[in-house]
Amino acid sequence: MSKRIDLVDLDIFYGDFLAVEQVTLTVNPRSVTAFIGPSGCGKSSVLRSINRMHELVPGAYVTGEVLLDNEDVYGVDVDPVLVRRTIGMVFQRPNPFPTMSIYDNVVAGLRLSKRRRRSKDLDDVVERSLRSANLWAEVKDRVDRPGAGLSGGQQQRLCIARAIAIEPEVLLMDEPCSALDPISTLAIEDLIHELKDTYTIVIVTHNMQQAARVSSTTAFFNVNAVGEPGRLIEIGETSQIFSNPRVKQTEDYVSGRFG
Amino acid sequence: MTAVLSGQAVRPGDRVFSGLSLAAGVLVLVVMAAIAVFLVWKAIPSLTTDSANFFTEQQWLPDRDPPVFGIAVLAFGTVLTSLIAMGIAVPIGFGVALFIAFYGNRRVSTALGFTVDLLAAVPSIIFGLWGLYYFMPRIVPFAEWLSTYLGWIPLFRNDLEIYTKSILMAGVVLAIMILPTVSAISREVFLQVPRAQTEAALALGATRWEMIRMSVFPFSRPGMVSAAMLGLGRALGETIAVALLLSAIFEINWAITEPGGNTFAANIALKWGEAADNGRSALIAAGLVLFLITLAVNMIARWIIARHEEYT
Repeated sequence: MSKRIDLVDLDIFYGDFLAVEQVTLTVNPRSVTAFIGPSGCGKSSVLRSINRMHELVPGAYVTGEVLLDNEDVYGVDVDPVLVRRTIGMVFQRPNPFPTMSIYDNVVAGLRLSKRRRRSKDLDDVVERSLRSANLWAEVKDRVDRPGAGLSGGQQQRLCIARAIAIEPEVLLMDEPCSALDPISTLAIEDLIHELKDTYTIVIVTHNMQQAARVSSTTAFFNVNAVGEPGRLIEIGETSQIFSNPRVKQTEDYVSGRFG
Repeated sequence: MTAVLSGQAVRPGDRVFSGLSLAAGVLVLVVMAAIAVFLVWKAIPSLTTDSANFFTEQQWLPDRDPPVFGIAVLAFGTVLTSLIAMGIAVPIGFGVALFIAFYGNRRVSTALGFTVDLLAAVPSIIFGLWGLYYFMPRIVPFAEWLSTYLGWIPLFRNDLEIYTKSILMAGVVLAIMILPTVSAISREVFLQVPRAQTEAALALGATRWEMIRMSVFPFSRPGMVSAAMLGLGRALGETIAVALLLSAIFEINWAITEPGGNTFAANIALKWGEAADNGRSALIAAGLVLFLITLAVNMIARWIIARHEEYT
């Protein structure tokens, strides 16, 4: 489990609008890579193009390559549904299925991919996934209750459990803590630390301290002006990006001079 | 020191507005009650003269002496045509709405949605005329096919070998009439599903149909029930189209491809002009039953919606 991602000359379009231009970068397996940058720089678009969620917006498409262990995610005979089963995603706002119990939320993806599992197996998956998401202790007595009854932070961990229940190779996180309070944020960050031993993780964050805390590699994106495409400015080890950036823009951003 | 916070505790604007909205709410109840009282009041004279059982009698002769009339045929025709219409229009209407909301590209969806809305606004007399002169002759082969190959089912047997002006025809035309209603409302409901929910399913590797089952249907169920019930309401109360399409025969006939059948609304429209005092009173009694049926349908719909409310 866990694969490497290479973006090669990636251009991202919304209709005629070029939103992100010429991104080339590598995400190493079993590590956490953070995408940082000001609003509108295209970091979320890049993230969503990795598991082909981007193309769900009408008129949206990409050119260039997204390679998952050298296999192009946008290849002609690639099924986007399988791409999304392999590359899991956690969203900005916790979005458990409101009509489903905690249990059913966790196994929702499994019920899609492989029908007719024995319920004993499912029970194991639920416990393992909830344990991995550091949620088991809090919900083990009420897994049959609606997932929507949990707190925001618990809901987000439930969404992480749901994403890892189908054992993806990669986990994409789109500002997973921006709707959470500091305590819940800390819980998620601890979780990311544990998950990186198993998964390739890419996290988009507005919070530079968070990037510094959780990631080993940081990519800084920027945009010159509204209406121009976003660009990858610099990527490197997180400690280097924050202490000794090579590019002036990065230094201005991480030192809080703009953004 | 002067008190800076003292003033009017309640602002006049608030008071006026709350009075107006209360009045509007009360008005609706008053109108409802007035309708019910009117129907009961006007129906009583004929009901006391009826020499037959009002609920089981099939004939409709309220102006004869003694009067003999009952709603059995009307209830049968109304319920059956509406059920046929629902059976056809609800699945197709949901399908069209799903296509518009989730499958079609933007241009096709906009055009189709616009057309559906236009169709919903077509007056029912147009549907009736179109059904009578255009649609009916063209659907006869279908009715023939049904009675030839499925004639062993009593519902589709046709001993008369006449296939027009049947309950099936009226049901199919009603289906076309209520299709836009069902489709337009359920489309609005589907479009309300939060993107976060649809994306959650897709990101788990759901196909589009799996996504619809996983996040769209659970979220939309109350709205889908409302859409179906509003369609049913229109089908139950539809007058002109059905009056044109059915040959009013006062006999319960389960063979739905044979001519015959009648409904509450169509019967009232057809009989009102020629009816004498007792006849009119009897028609109002029939109207009262229709009123109660639609009321019951709406209450059942509300109940179904309320049962699912905890999730919305």
